[in-house]
Amino acid sequence: MTAIEAAVLATLRPTVTTPPRLAWREAEILDVVDETPTARSLVLAVADWPGHLPGQHVDVRLTAEDGYQAQRSYSIASPPERRELTLTIERIDDGEVSPYLAGEARRGDRFELRGPIGGYFTWTVEAGGPLQLIAGGSGLVPLMAMLRHRALAGRQVAARALVSSRSADAILYRAELDALATGDTRLSIVQTLTREAPPNWSGERRRIDAGMLRAHTFPPAERPRIFVCGPTPFVEAVASALVGLGHAPDRVWTERFGPTGRTP
Amino acid sequence: MISRGFRRKRSDAGGSTPVPPGQYVTDDFPVLSAGPTPRTETAAWSFALEDLEGNEFFHCSWRELLALPPAEITVDIHCVTKWSKLGTRWKGVSFDALLAAAGRPAPGPYVMAYCDGGYTTNLAVADLEGGQGMIATEYDGKPLAPEHGGPARLLVPHLYFWKSAKWVRGLRFMAADAPGFWEGLGYHRRGDPWKEQRYDGD
Repeated sequence: MTAIEAAVLATLRPTVTTPPRLAWREAEILDVVDETPTARSLVLAVADWPGHLPGQHVDVRLTAEDGYQAQRSYSIASPPERRELTLTIERIDDGEVSPYLAGEARRGDRFELRGPIGGYFTWTVEAGGPLQLIAGGSGLVPLMAMLRHRALAGRQVAARALVSSRSADAILYRAELDALATGDTRLSIVQTLTREAPPNWSGERRRIDAGMLRAHTFPPAERPRIFVCGPTPFVEAVASALVGLGHAPDRVWTERFGPTGRTP
Repeated sequence: MISRGFRRKRSDAGGSTPVPPGQYVTDDFPVLSAGPTPRTETAAWSFALEDLEGNEFFHCSWRELLALPPAEITVDIHCVTKWSKLGTRWKGVSFDALLAAAGRPAPGPYVMAYCDGGYTTNLAVADLEGGQGMIATEYDGKPLAPEHGGPARLLVPHLYFWKSAKWVRGLRFMAADAPGFWEGLGYHRRGDPWKEQRYDGD
């Protein structure tokens, strides 16, 4: 166990004494990065951040001048090795918090967050592999923390990622993913586009199905650790197909988000 | 701390139907599960109550469960991930009716609910009795869909919705409280949304 893991587990494990409240901390926006036309990363300085594991999330709390508050959960995109915390936020036009964080907010603005939250949907190189990541849309965010952590922790664990997006301009972290896969013989990344693909597109062009999983993911015999994240219909379909292919249900970690009807 | 330029946009939070602190209203029905959705046929389904030693003192098949006196409830539900859904309509069998069918009082003050897929959650009997908890088999007049916990889930609507364990198969009574799956990963032991008991220490 690393020092970071020990610290995180110490804050997550219930103890016999009354545990301290997971404190709200001040976050200041150091930088904003437009990832796609609708998604933006916020690079944050968080006071006394206790560390996190790849895959965990935070609760964000915004307060308006009239005292009104709103809370939402967002996945952490940055690896534990980085001092700054990065969140990537997909803008939902009729939403309340995401249009602010992925639109109005700018460098120097501050808000509150607490975490890390969620000790199940997590992976570190110590857990071993092979590591199989399957993302739908902005479900890539917590999986990106795992890929970034793997890259900084030695690239020894064999890993594959299958990433589904609506269109080429909706692919998150596209240049970084290409750079990560270049020269890393133990990592392969396959992209699929579900709505429109450019003429020169060399990736897949449909929703993820059993055939695509068979072609591009580790087979059940290799007992991969599989992390699936995306909108509910995406995760339901992919997780069911994985079990149908023969993967043990307890090797499939899932995280679902968003309304039931949305598809990537 | 005020976040510059942030304003209230939704009219539902704090509107005519109050929701607990930090929650927002959705018309949708989001799904949260830690793994793949288990699919258990009702022909292979059964439900058990176990005493403090882990011995079964009540066991019923799907058909026997549905023969018990039904309970219906229309109620607001609150997920720890911040969404609340108003006026959800459920049908099932109350915790009280199960104990009555078993013909004995609760053997202990706490239970661990256990489920297909390995999920567990802990509850106080005081949060289940008196019509507060049920084994729900129908949502909105239809059989409960697998992704929402079908064929049967626990329904304890006055607590955060992770306590309403999907794919429930039994309750094991306990002499003392002990953490279930999420409770062992930093979530609150009881989870009262009106007290905003989201995480350990809240």
